[in-house]
Amino acid sequence: MSDRPIKVLIAKPGLDGHDRGAKVLARGLRDEGFEVVYTGLRQTPEMIATAALQEDVDVVGLSILSGAHMTLLPRICDLLRDRGLDDVLVVAGGIVPDEDVPRLREIGVAAVFGPGTTIGEVAAFLRERARSRDIA
Amino acid sequence: MSSRAPDPAARAEALATAALAGDRRALARLLTVVEAASPVGEAAVRTIHTRAGRAHVVGVTGAPGAGKSTLVNAMLRELRARGRTVAVVAVDPSSPITGGAILGDRVRMQEHASDDGVFIRSMAARGHAGGLAATTNTAVIVLDAAGFDLVIVETVGTGQSEVEVAAAADTTIVLEAPEMGDEVQAIKAGLLEVADIVVVSKGDRPGAERTANLLRTMLAPLAGPHDADEAAVEDEDRTTSGDRTTPRRARPRTPEVLITTGATGGGVAALIDALDRRRERAGSGPIADARVRRAATLVWAIVAERVRADLGSRERAAETRALIRDVAAHEVDPYAAADALLATRDASVRRDEEGTP
Repeated sequence: MSDRPIKVLIAKPGLDGHDRGAKVLARGLRDEGFEVVYTGLRQTPEMIATAALQEDVDVVGLSILSGAHMTLLPRICDLLRDRGLDDVLVVAGGIVPDEDVPRLREIGVAAVFGPGTTIGEVAAFLRERARSRDIA
Repeated sequence: MSSRAPDPAARAEALATAALAGDRRALARLLTVVEAASPVGEAAVRTIHTRAGRAHVVGVTGAPGAGKSTLVNAMLRELRARGRTVAVVAVDPSSPITGGAILGDRVRMQEHASDDGVFIRSMAARGHAGGLAATTNTAVIVLDAAGFDLVIVETVGTGQSEVEVAAAADTTIVLEAPEMGDEVQAIKAGLLEVADIVVVSKGDRPGAERTANLLRTMLAPLAGPHDADEAAVEDEDRTTSGDRTTPRRARPRTPEVLITTGATGGGVAALIDALDRRRERAGSGPIADARVRRAATLVWAIVAERVRADLGSRERAAETRALIRDVAAHEVDPYAAADALLATRDASVRRDEEGTP
């Protein structure tokens, strides 16, 4: 079923309460034809990993503005691997200093989208890099 | 699990075995293949169907914003406190333009994310009208077979006539927010008629009690004792009436009307008690009746899909398109075109049978 829409989880780990960006992205991806599971604010790494597993998503998108990305993102990537979700594409967005990006790439974050990234750019990246549509 | 086994049946078998043994990742993938209506999904449902039938399937429906997800979350809390395992299928609409969707029902249920006795799955309706996705029924079979005590199906926000959930669930809960309408709204045909239980949500709002009383009055039987379950199911010819393929619902009976406050959990214990009272009588009466309707809905949907797939298949596509163009040009009437399509199908089925003795 190659025409199955790409399923994306959009979550906000940690304690910052700013979810406008995540909601705008969710809406934008909807308009690009993605199925977006939106879990909302203040998600623990465990909540995110379980949601990704139960929903069998192709992509996990993490929005983080709090500065805690070097703590939270590795933890989430570890939990996803522990649950066997190693073919899930993980991307992040928000405020992440350039010097942290190489380390995040190492632990499995495929891309970090900073301010100014367009929805079209995100959508194109996900279409190119998300796992094969025909797992079904 | 990312590599594909060559044989759908073998892959289905492996997935189904793992999922039913409690492997949540396998269960999630099984739901994906079922949702995609792929050959693996079909083969899997065939193997597990005999294992399903134990869960109490509860539909929750109501207008957008009525509080469906909040109520389901409160139900999860109460059910878990009583030691029941619960799966939730939450359906949200797909964009008719892009096919995209926002699946936002988990937002209200994430407190249960780390509880192994709860499994929540969002589904996009993918163009299916009626309040559910085309494959919601099969997803329910999978979750039922996986051993959950309850499977809750939350519909898209519904209007007045998306009553499909009543044919997908053992028990249908219709949610009404306080002050949603007057007496005339309450007696219109449709959603309220298929309710086994009506829940007035947001019980802490002014008007909740008044709305509940209004619904109790307007949904009460007009004459005679036919609100009793026994009377409702003795409608002998309901499965054969007219040319309907789906058995009609038994005569509408008086639903219980309850008030809940999702935020505090108020009234939710009484709702679960009401569900349990229905469940105790599962072998007979209203639930047995609902299960025949559910089976009929499933079978006829598959028949319709198979005929449609066959007539739309590559070998027939040209012929089918030509006939449809003739209808558009008003050269052939739509009934004649449909009969012609079905006739070519019958002929080819006969040829196939003769070809393979």
